[in-house]
Amino acid sequence: MNIENIKSQFPIFSKKINGKNLVYLDSSNSSQKPLSVINRLDEFYKNEFSNIGRSIHSLSVNATNKFEETRNSVKDFINANSKDEIIFTKNATESINLVASTFGKQNIEKGDEILITELEHHSNYVPWHYLRESKGAVIKFAPINENGDIIISEFEKLINSKTKIVAVTHLSNVTGTIVPVKEIIDLAHKKKIPVLIDGCQSAPHIKIDVKDLDCDFYAISCHKVYGPTGVGVLYAKKKWLEKLPPYIGGGGMISEVNKDKISYAPLPEKYEAGTMPTAEVVAFNESIKFMKSIGIENLVNHERELTNYALEKLKTINSVKIVGNPKNKAGVISFTIKGVHPHDIATILDEDGVAIRAGHHCCQILHQRLNLVATARASFGVYNTKEDIDILCKAIENCRKVFDLK
Amino acid sequence: MDLKELYQDIILEHGKSPRNFGKCVNHSHEAKGYNPLCGDQVHIYLKLNEKKNVDKITFEGSGCAISMASTSIMTELVKGKSFEVAKKIIDEFLNMIKSGSEMKTEDLNDDQKTKIMSLSGVKQYPMRVKCATLSWHTLTSALDGKNEEINTEKVD
Repeated sequence: MNIENIKSQFPIFSKKINGKNLVYLDSSNSSQKPLSVINRLDEFYKNEFSNIGRSIHSLSVNATNKFEETRNSVKDFINANSKDEIIFTKNATESINLVASTFGKQNIEKGDEILITELEHHSNYVPWHYLRESKGAVIKFAPINENGDIIISEFEKLINSKTKIVAVTHLSNVTGTIVPVKEIIDLAHKKKIPVLIDGCQSAPHIKIDVKDLDCDFYAISCHKVYGPTGVGVLYAKKKWLEKLPPYIGGGGMISEVNKDKISYAPLPEKYEAGTMPTAEVVAFNESIKFMKSIGIENLVNHERELTNYALEKLKTINSVKIVGNPKNKAGVISFTIKGVHPHDIATILDEDGVAIRAGHHCCQILHQRLNLVATARASFGVYNTKEDIDILCKAIENCRKVFDLK
Repeated sequence: MDLKELYQDIILEHGKSPRNFGKCVNHSHEAKGYNPLCGDQVHIYLKLNEKKNVDKITFEGSGCAISMASTSIMTELVKGKSFEVAKKIIDEFLNMIKSGSEMKTEDLNDDQKTKIMSLSGVKQYPMRVKCATLSWHTLTSALDGKNEEINTEKVD
């Protein structure tokens, strides 16, 4: 794989930041977009735009076909059984809210337990908290160890007859932990408990096979997968989508509407009320093509090599401490520098064109668990290179210089 | 933008060794401040005398260099000032950081002017403004005796 060629497919890298080449290390937050995706949005709006659905005219038929083509591509990309199991949402957050709300309405009673973990992003905690507030549900947190790995034996102990659903991340956006979700799903399924996987971080970085995982729900944000903002995916087993009530009500999700009764559309439209982000969904097909053109294995290997290189180099810098040391780690490296607050690190690195994130990364529970207020985070995408890591390390040295660290 | 304008020696030095740090015994007023985005925390203790002059001011808390330095410098500036003058300094400072208006600083001596102006570089960094202003909003809350926690997401 020629990595230079990949970087050149992303127009943003021709921009200068503070007079420097952009070193973008914030892909866990959102990925940059290849030209093919940007062009597709442009083309669709210029030449093909129409709303999808029920119009008879040619433009609408074409737009509907293109929209459904993306659904098919997503189905193949995550190896789902049927395109009826692919629901387009706003983002992974909305996908999780959809499940929490509809599943909760139907299946959660006072005292029922929802099992999540200490690794979760706020988007896989807050939606369940709503059920704690509205239904009196209990949220249990499976603990992690200092390395940032979920303690599976403790997780197992927390599953009981009151547990109604398990919701767990596939990849931590702080420690980079790749969670052994298959093992977790097997444990839960033995007790007939459904499992939601938050795949927000994993979808762009590891191979997703929902059939192999046998998860009940899988949430994805397309903007992290080299795609446009405003689109997410909820994969759900058909049996759940058929059984659960609809989420948002409105046009497009109904079958028949009368003054005294309403029936709902078949899948997947039942969960897609109102005008969808049509152009964005159509353009997301190009993101999947982009990922496929690289080959998911090449992408995984490239990012693993980068991660190992970065970890080795960062360990040699005095006063840098890496957060967590999970068994299986993806290209997400959170770190602290003794004597420099993460926000100061981010400001100083930005001066060198290095974009990182600083704060709690929407994981306050995890930071509390690790006794940290905030961390700095460098996260990789397929476009990053070893040179980017070298520039990061130099910028960290500069940071130490500004703060006069020994 | 030159990084040196933001991280001036005065700021780095105050960030590392903040003045008036610690709890104030027998304080008359106090208030807490919190920035949920980065976790910065500050707790201001005040002792006002019968004329409402600031006899003592100390703080506890943690945060970035900008927030620690801003708080440290603030305590030096308002110590010994009357209630009205303290409020005026707060207003002028917040206006300088948020809208770039000039500080008149007629109530400050040259050394104090240099210190407060060392924070003016922050206005070039919109994402860092709240680091600098948290403790000043918190001081207002303490002076007003409201004792309500300041949350940077809820104030300008």
